[in-house]
Amino acid sequence: MIRFLTKGLLRDRSRSLFPVLVITLTVTLVIFSIGFMKGTMNSLLLDTAVILTGHEKVVTRAYNEESQLMPNDLALLDVDQLINNLEQDYPEFFWSPRITFAGLLDVPDENGETKAQGPVLALGIDFFSDESREVEIWELERSLVSGRLPENRDDALISSKLADQLNIQAGEQVTFIGSTMDNAFTTYNFTIIGTFNLRKGQTDKQMMLVDLSGARAALDMDNAASAIFGFAHSLYYDDEAAVALRSKYNEIHSDSLDIFSPFMLALRDGNQMGSMVDISNAMMAIMGGIFLVVVMVVLWNMGLMSGLRRYGEVGLRLALGESKGQVYRSMISEAVIIGLAGTAMGTGIGIALTYYVQENGIDYTKGMEALSSSSMVAPNIFYAQVTPDLFYIGFIPGVLATVLGTMLAGMAIYKREMAQLFKELET
Amino acid sequence: MTNDSVVTIQNLVKQFPVGGDFFTALKDLSLTINKGEFTGLIGPSGSGKTTLLNIIGGLDSPTKGKVSVLGQALNDTSHGERARLRRKYMGFIFQSYNLLPVYTVFENVELPLILNKMDTDERRSMVEQAVESVGLTDKMDSRPNMLSGGECQRTAIARAIVHQPALVLADEPTANLDAENSHHIMKILVRLNQELSTSFIFATHDEKIMAYLRRIIHLDDGEITEDEIIDNPKARD
Ligand SMILES: Nc1ncnc2c1ncn2[C@@H]1O[C@H](COP(=O)(O)OP(=O)(O)O)[C@@H](O)[C@H]1O
Ligand SMILES: [Mg+2]
Repeated sequence: MIRFLTKGLLRDRSRSLFPVLVITLTVTLVIFSIGFMKGTMNSLLLDTAVILTGHEKVVTRAYNEESQLMPNDLALLDVDQLINNLEQDYPEFFWSPRITFAGLLDVPDENGETKAQGPVLALGIDFFSDESREVEIWELERSLVSGRLPENRDDALISSKLADQLNIQAGEQVTFIGSTMDNAFTTYNFTIIGTFNLRKGQTDKQMMLVDLSGARAALDMDNAASAIFGFAHSLYYDDEAAVALRSKYNEIHSDSLDIFSPFMLALRDGNQMGSMVDISNAMMAIMGGIFLVVVMVVLWNMGLMSGLRRYGEVGLRLALGESKGQVYRSMISEAVIIGLAGTAMGTGIGIALTYYVQENGIDYTKGMEALSSSSMVAPNIFYAQVTPDLFYIGFIPGVLATVLGTMLAGMAIYKREMAQLFKELET
Repeated sequence: MTNDSVVTIQNLVKQFPVGGDFFTALKDLSLTINKGEFTGLIGPSGSGKTTLLNIIGGLDSPTKGKVSVLGQALNDTSHGERARLRRKYMGFIFQSYNLLPVYTVFENVELPLILNKMDTDERRSMVEQAVESVGLTDKMDSRPNMLSGGECQRTAIARAIVHQPALVLADEPTANLDAENSHHIMKILVRLNQELSTSFIFATHDEKIMAYLRRIIHLDDGEITEDEIIDNPKARD
């Protein structure tokens, strides 16, 4: 009988090919859109993570208390050792030191007199190590407006907004005026070798990027850092994992009595980031939920229709002496097979598509620039994200809805007096 | 009730719920049909022919009265047992053929044998024999959409008799066919009745069928108005 039914299933395209295609298509759509939503949310979070919080950030307990003040006198010491340990204990992240410091930027004229001056927010990041991914995560190659990336200790990039404000071009010398980590007054000369635009609103209004070594030289911070930033290798922020990791780390390494002991913060621990993570998760759950429901209704309906369309066949098989149970079960198994086939294909295609967009992104930079003023905060590149749940989420609509639809149709047939089926069959 | 009876019905009442009320489709009906009979239930549309046939086939259940078919009292049997009875001992022919469109003539006829779990070789020879007896050997591998109405109904007949049932129930088998095809079908059925000693019960209001019947039970408004035995049906020989 199974062979007989399989033969029929394969020959009747409206029962096999067509539903499999519909399921494949909808599952592909579900997976890609969920992957796309996750990717877009993640790239929004990543923007903040790169500039402010990392996926994880290690600072001293004291620094954390006063982080608004950028208190480099409370910076981490012995940073190489700390990073070594982090890399060993938490290899699922990559770790990179950073110095965040503020001060004045002084632009001299030919005679050394001040031509322009303004506040600066400077970030010392690791440009030079081979394993450093800072240039990649800051998307600096894409953001560079003029000049080149730093190659020497004293090279600096400044945002094009700051460059406009101070009226400086690549190639000019500037003097940083601020204080060292020992709170001593300091001046330090950087060479502006390029300008950048992060295209994230006012975030980079006063921003200067220098290499870590330059920042260390300027602030006397040998082997010290304001913070160590950690990012998942995939750059995907997994809130649960991040929170678990920071709790574990703090339990082992952080001593509440020692204000200089290291303290780890997850992305969500940063200013208002917790509610942003929660909101984005909730939004995604809602949107994903609505989407899943819509798709389920579609597939459910298809299951129902294709079940009901087979009244005739069901009636006949009952007349020929199959029991209702047998007919019902064979309809369900058919739906399961169709659902599985479509879902497997849809999941494969959906994940491939998501993965492609995850790796390559859909670049809207041109469109965004044409559309809006440069101060608009909007992602320029949309990324998708392959997450483990994408591998099974398609089965909910693909198999479950199809099978439930068929079950419902089956119930309708089941409940009918058999004779009634024949009446309907006669017409 | 003799051992030769295929169907015994005593005081059968069938009511259908209509709105809050009941519609009585069969009114206190008693009837015995014997082995090998070629019987027609004749009556105008709505007289209860199909209802009676469905009850005999175990597809519908009586409201009151006793019905026993092929020695089984249907009142006492489960769905499963009635399904088994149909599968092994009954064949059905419908007005609208009800062939499965994705299967060939061979496969459509094969289905009852598959349901009876016969092995492949046995199936093949029985299907070939049944298809030959309705004269469709050359259409064995065609799908129903390639067949004429008459050929479809002949396929349906082959399907109904392939497992050599004791009883074939045919509801308006010629209603969709022209005169020539109707006669052709009836001749086949008469021959099968004689060769296999299968009992046939028709529900029809087609004059052409009546000419072949050996017994005509007239139904009107759910009651038997006349029960005639015909010794020499007009259309035979
Ligand atoms: N399921 C049902 N519900 C209500 N009335 C029904 C049902 N089936 C049949 N009837 C009624 O019973 C009567 C007999 O129907 P049927 O046996 O189909 O007649 P026939 O086959 O002789 O044309 C008709 O009046 C029909 O309307
Ligand atoms: Mg009828």
